[in-house]
Amino acid sequence: MTDTDRVRHRDTKTAFYLFTQQKLPACKPVLTPAWVITIFLFTGFIFIPLGLVTLRASRSVIEIVERYDTECVPEPFRIDKVSYIQDDSIPKNCSLFLKVHKYMKAPIYIYYQLDNYYQNHRRYVKSRSDQQLLNGQKYQATSSCQPVEFNNARPIVPCGLIAWSLFNDTFTFIRERAELKVNRKNIAWKSDRDHKFGKNVYPSNFQNGTLIGGGKLNPRIPLSDQEDLIVWMRTSALPSFRKLYGRIEEDLDADDVVLVQLMNNYNTYSFGGKKKLVLSTSSWLGGKNDFFGLACVFVGSSSLILAIVFMLLHLKFQR
Amino acid sequence: MKRFVYINDDESSQELYCDNRISNRKYTVLNFLPKNLWEQFSRFMNQYFLLIACLQLWSLITPVNPASTWGPLIFIFAVSASKEAWDDYNRYLSDKKANEKHIWVVRQGIRKHIQAQDIHVGNIVWLRENDEVPCDLVLIGTSDTQGLCYVETAALDGETDLKTRVIPSACMGMDFELLHKIKGVIECPNPDKDIRRFDANLRLFPPFIDNDLCPLTIKNTLLQSCYLRNTEWACGVAVYTGNETKLGMSRGIPEPKLTAMDAMIDKLTGAIFVFQIVVVMVLGIAGNVWKDTEARKQWYVLYPIEGPWYELLVIPLRFELLCSIMIPISIKVSLDLVKSLYAKFIDWDSEMIDQDTGIPSHATNTAISEDLGQVEYILTDKTGTLTENRMIFRRCCISGIFYGNESGDALKDVKLLNAVAGSSPDVVRFLTVMAICNTVIPIKSKTGAILYKAQSQDEDALVNAAARLHMVYVNKNANILEIRFNGSVIQYEVLETLEFTSDRKRMSVVVKDCQNGKIVLLSKGADEAILPYAYAGQQTRALVEAVEQYAQLGLRTLCLAWRELKEDEYQEWSLMFKEASSTLVDREWRIAEVCQRLEHDFEVLGVTAIEDRLQDGVPETIETLRKAGINFWMLTGDKQNTAIQIALSCNFISPEPKGQLLLIDGKTEGEVCRSLERVLLTMRITSSEPKDVAFVVDGWALEIALKHYRKAFTELAILSRTAICCRVTPSQKAQLVELLKSCDYRTLAIGDGGNDVRMIQQADIGVGISGREGLQAARAADYSIGKFRFLKRLILVHGRYSYNRTAFLSQYSFYKSLVICFIQIFFSFISGVSGTSLFNSVSLMAYNVFYTSVPVLVSVLDKDLSEGTVMQHPQILVYCQAGRLLNPSTFAGWFGRSLFHLIVAAGMGPVLALKYFRYTYRPSKINALQQAERMGGPILSLGNIEPQPRLMEKEVSPLSITQPKNRNPVYEPLLSDSPNSTRRSFGSGAPFDFFQSQSRLSSSYSRNCKDN
Repeated sequence: MTDTDRVRHRDTKTAFYLFTQQKLPACKPVLTPAWVITIFLFTGFIFIPLGLVTLRASRSVIEIVERYDTECVPEPFRIDKVSYIQDDSIPKNCSLFLKVHKYMKAPIYIYYQLDNYYQNHRRYVKSRSDQQLLNGQKYQATSSCQPVEFNNARPIVPCGLIAWSLFNDTFTFIRERAELKVNRKNIAWKSDRDHKFGKNVYPSNFQNGTLIGGGKLNPRIPLSDQEDLIVWMRTSALPSFRKLYGRIEEDLDADDVVLVQLMNNYNTYSFGGKKKLVLSTSSWLGGKNDFFGLACVFVGSSSLILAIVFMLLHLKFQR
Repeated sequence: MKRFVYINDDESSQELYCDNRISNRKYTVLNFLPKNLWEQFSRFMNQYFLLIACLQLWSLITPVNPASTWGPLIFIFAVSASKEAWDDYNRYLSDKKANEKHIWVVRQGIRKHIQAQDIHVGNIVWLRENDEVPCDLVLIGTSDTQGLCYVETAALDGETDLKTRVIPSACMGMDFELLHKIKGVIECPNPDKDIRRFDANLRLFPPFIDNDLCPLTIKNTLLQSCYLRNTEWACGVAVYTGNETKLGMSRGIPEPKLTAMDAMIDKLTGAIFVFQIVVVMVLGIAGNVWKDTEARKQWYVLYPIEGPWYELLVIPLRFELLCSIMIPISIKVSLDLVKSLYAKFIDWDSEMIDQDTGIPSHATNTAISEDLGQVEYILTDKTGTLTENRMIFRRCCISGIFYGNESGDALKDVKLLNAVAGSSPDVVRFLTVMAICNTVIPIKSKTGAILYKAQSQDEDALVNAAARLHMVYVNKNANILEIRFNGSVIQYEVLETLEFTSDRKRMSVVVKDCQNGKIVLLSKGADEAILPYAYAGQQTRALVEAVEQYAQLGLRTLCLAWRELKEDEYQEWSLMFKEASSTLVDREWRIAEVCQRLEHDFEVLGVTAIEDRLQDGVPETIETLRKAGINFWMLTGDKQNTAIQIALSCNFISPEPKGQLLLIDGKTEGEVCRSLERVLLTMRITSSEPKDVAFVVDGWALEIALKHYRKAFTELAILSRTAICCRVTPSQKAQLVELLKSCDYRTLAIGDGGNDVRMIQQADIGVGISGREGLQAARAADYSIGKFRFLKRLILVHGRYSYNRTAFLSQYSFYKSLVICFIQIFFSFISGVSGTSLFNSVSLMAYNVFYTSVPVLVSVLDKDLSEGTVMQHPQILVYCQAGRLLNPSTFAGWFGRSLFHLIVAAGMGPVLALKYFRYTYRPSKINALQQAERMGGPILSLGNIEPQPRLMEKEVSPLSITQPKNRNPVYEPLLSDSPNSTRRSFGSGAPFDFFQSQSRLSSSYSRNCKDN
C-alpha cells in the first residue's frame, strides 16, 4: 500500500471526502402506496380536527354589522350626497339602533369598516414620512409626502395623503339612556406608539391649508397619543377593511338595543364607498373569520378522500 | 510579407519590432474597468438587468428600494470582474517573472546579463544547459562540435522526447569569439503560429565565410519555452520576440462553447421576457384606464388634473419594474456556481484517477458539463484512444518468409534468431532498416544501458526490436550512426533525412556506408506508399498477402525498403533537395516532390507488424454507451483492415451474422457516387431490421463524398449508428464533426494526439486522453481523462447528473420568481392597478436570496438514481439526450405550478397525489428504476431500446432548419405534477406498458437535418 493509498483510505470516512465523491448519505422517499396513503391519512387526521376547532372558535364570535352611509344622509339630500357631505353648514349627526341578538361578552370591539377604499393605492401608500412622524419639524426631507407636503412653505406635521385623509366619523353608544363606556385607549399597536410616532411631535399645522381632507387633530396632544391617527396610518392591504375604533367594556345582553349617535363626516360618496359600523366580541383566535377553519377542513377531507381512493385503487390493481 | 533580421545590429531593428516583453494580459490597469464592463454588458441578460436597475433609480416608478437590484447586480459584476482581475493579475505575475529573468545577451560585442524583456530582434542570446529559451531563436552556435543541441519541447507541443536542433551549415565551425562579432541577415516570414514550420534564409555578411544563402528550417530554431538539454551551451539570434513568438501567436482564447441547455435557457428567458412585456402592456393599459375612470373620483389619492407629459408611461413602467423579477438575477449566479461545482466533482472523482500515472481527470472547461449528458455522437480516434499506444513488435515477413506466426512473437521465433545468427543478407538488411531508418536518438544512461528517445511509438518499437535481434543502434554522433551487429560495429553517415509527412506516408534516410562508401536509400512506410514503387521485376504478391494477413490480426504494418544509389545520382538529387529545402513558399510541397524523385525502384525487404493493444474496458465502455443511445464513429489515420479489426475486437461493430459492414470506396467521383448510393440503399432497407449496420469509408472517398455528394453523405451519416473512417487527415476529422454538428447533433470528440486537436476543438465537447502521444490533445480539450473507459462515467454519471440538476435548478429559479411575481400581479388588481408592491424591499431580497436561492443550491447533490443503477441501465440517458427535463413543455409545467401555487398556498397535497398517480400508474423509466432501487430486489429488465430508426424526412424544407423545435415532436415532461403531463396520465386505463413511450422515443429521433 502506497502512501497515497493510505491517505485515501483514511479519508474515505470524512464528510468532505464523501461530498467530493457525491456519496453523502441521503434519504430517498419513494412514492410507495403504503407511504403515500399513510401521509394522506395523517394529513386528514391532523387537519380535520384542527379545522373544526378553529371553525368553532370563529363561529363563537358574535358580530353586529350595520351599514350607515346611505341612511345617515337625510332624505332630501340623497340625490346629491357629495354636495351634502361637503357642505359644512349642514349638521351631520345621525342616529342608529343596533339590536343585540345574543349575549355579547366584554370587551366588545368597535370597528368602522370601509369598502372600496384603496388605502393600498400606490400614490397613497407612499405619501407619508416615517421620519417626520418620529422627529417632527426637525426632519425636513419630506418629499415623499407629495402632494400634501407644505403649508405656507413649512412642512405639514404629519404630512402626506394618509394623514391628510384621516377618518373622522365619531360614534357614541347609549343603552337605555345611559352612555356605554367606550375605551379609546390602547387601540393602536404598542410598537407604533412607542417607536414610530414621536412623543414630542405635535400636529401644529395639520389640516390648516386650503385643501381640507379628513379629520383634524388636537395640536396639543403629541402624535404618539393620537391613536386614531396611528390606527389609520397602518394602511390596509385590501380595499375593504376594518379599523379599530374603541372597546365597550360592558357586557351586552341579548335583546338589548343600543342607540348609536354618530357624526357622519367622512366623504365616501364621491367614489361610492360604503361605511359600516361593526361590534364584535373575540375568541382565542381573534375575530370572526371562517377562512382558516374551512381551509383546514377542506385540505383534511380532500386528503382523506384521496387516501381512501388510493387505498381502493391499490386493492384493485395490485402492483 | 517578410521580416529581415539583422544579426547583432543594435540600432536598426529596435524600433521595427517589439521587444521581448511577454504579455498574456487581457487588461491593463487603466482599461480594466471599461473593457471588463463592456464585455459583461455585451450579454443580453446583463443589459436587461442594467436597464431595470437604472429604471429603479426613478423614485416615481420604483416599487422597491433600488438597492435591492443594484446590490445583487453590483455583487455579480464584482464577482466576475474580480475573478477576471485575479486571473489577469496571475498572468501578469507569471509574465513578470518570465520578463525579468536574467539572460546573457551580446551587446556591442560584449556579453551582458540583461532582463529577458530587453531582448530585441537581432540580438544574440546565450543559453546554458537546462535554460528556458526566452524567445524564438535561430541557432548559430552550440558547444557541440557538430553543431547539434537537444531541446525538450514539452511546453510547446507536449511531446516529452528530446529533439535535435542543428546550426545552419553557414555557421558551422565558428568559435566562441567569432560568434560575438557575427553579422548577417536572416530573411524570415512574418510571425505565425505554426510550430512545425520555419522557412527562412540566412546570409552572413563578409568577412564571415561566404556570401551564400543558407536555408533555415524549424530544425535550426530554438522556440520560446523549450528547454536546452544535454548541451553545455548554445547561442542563437532572436528572430521573434515577445508576443510575436510562435508560442505567443498560437496562444489564443478559444471561442467559449455554449451548451444546448444554455441555449434552451436563453430561449425560455426570451419567452418569459415576451410574457412579461405582454403582462406589462395589459396591466399598464388597465392601470391607466382605472386611473382615469376611478382614481380621479377618489379624492384621497388627489390625482392632479393635468399630469406631466410622461404620465401615460408611469404605470406601465411601474409594472415593468414589478415584473422585472420574473427573470431572476439569481439564475445567473446560481448556475455559474453549480457549474463550477460539477467541474470540481469531475476533478475530485476518485474513480476517474488513472491508476498507472495517478493523474486525475480534469475539467478544463467548467461551463459545459450538462452537454455531457446530451451527447449523441462520439467521434473517437483509434490509436492511443481505444488502444494503449504501446507498440510491440510482433511479427515480420522478410523476403517472403513469415516469422513469428506460431508463437505470435517474432522476437522468440527460432527461425528468425537462426537467420540472424547466420547473418542472412536479407535479414541483415531488414534489421539495418529497422535500426537506422528513423529519427531516434540513443542516449546512454549511466548504467550503460541504451535508452531510445523516439518521436513515434512505431519507431521506438522497431529500434527496440532490432536491438533484441542483436542489431543495436548504439550511438549517434552528429551525422555518424553507429550500430553493433553480432559484435561488429558498423558506421553509417547520414546524408539526408526525408522526413515523414502524413501526405507522403513514408520516411527515408540516405546513408553512406563508412566501410565501402556505398550510398543507400532506406525507406519505411505504409504499404500503399511503398509497394507501388517497387522495382519493376519484384514480386510483391507475398508482401501484399503479408500486409493483408497482419492487418486481419489488427496489427499495424510497415513496409521496409532499400535501394542503392549511385554517387552521381545522389549528388544531382542532393542539389535539388537543397534548393527545395531553401524555398520560402510551398516548401513542404516542393520537398515532397523532390523526395518522390528518389523514392522509387525500391527493393522491398519485408513487412513488419506491430501490435497496439486495446485499453482496458474499451469494449464494455462502447457497449454501455451504445446502449445509452450514443452513436460511435471511429476516425483514424490507420489503414482500413487494421481499423476494422480493432473495431471488431472492441465491440465497435458486430461480426457478420449480426452486423453488416458496408464499404464506400472508389478513386473517382463516379465510383464513389455509385458505392455511396448502394450503401445508402442498403441502409434504408435494413434500417428497420435489428441489425448493426456500419459503413467504412477511407480518406480518399471521403474527400470526394464530402466535396460532391455532401447531401447523400449527410443522409448516410444520419442513418448509420456506426461508421469507420480510415486514412483520414486531421482536417477531415474536423470536417466530419462539423457535418454532424450541422445536423443538430451533440458531438463529443475524443482523442489523444496532436492530430485530434482540431476535431476536439470543433466538437461540442472535446475530450482529451492524457496519453503517450503528449498532452496536446488534453490541453486543447474541455475534459482530459486518463483512460478511455472513464468516458462511461463521465457521460453517464457526471453528464447525466449535471443535466438533471441544471434542469431542475434553472426551472426552479424561474418558478420561484414567477410565484412572487404572480402574487404581485394579483395584488395589483386589488390595489387599483396602481403598481403597489405587496412586499417591501427587504422581504423581496430575502425571498430571492435567503429563502429560495441559497437553500435550493443544495439540490446540486441530488441524485435521482444511484450511480450503479445508471451504469446498469444506460438506456436511461435518453431522458437527457432528448432534452426531456428541460424544454418548453416542462417549463410550461413549472409555469403552471407557479400559477397553481399562487392560488393554493397549501398546494403540496394535490401535487403529491398527482405525482403518486403518475408514479404508480404511468411510471417513467426513471421512476421504475427508482422503485427497483428502493425495493432492493432484482431490477426489472428494462428491455433494450432498439437502435432507433432515424428516418430522414423526405423533403428537407429549408424552413425546418430554423425550427429546431421540430426536432422533438413530443416532450414528455418528467415533472409528473405539471398539469399537461398529468392530464395524459389519467386518461389511459389500458395496461401500462413499461415503455409506452417507445414509439415516441423513436419519433423524437426523426430529426431534420440541415440541408447543405
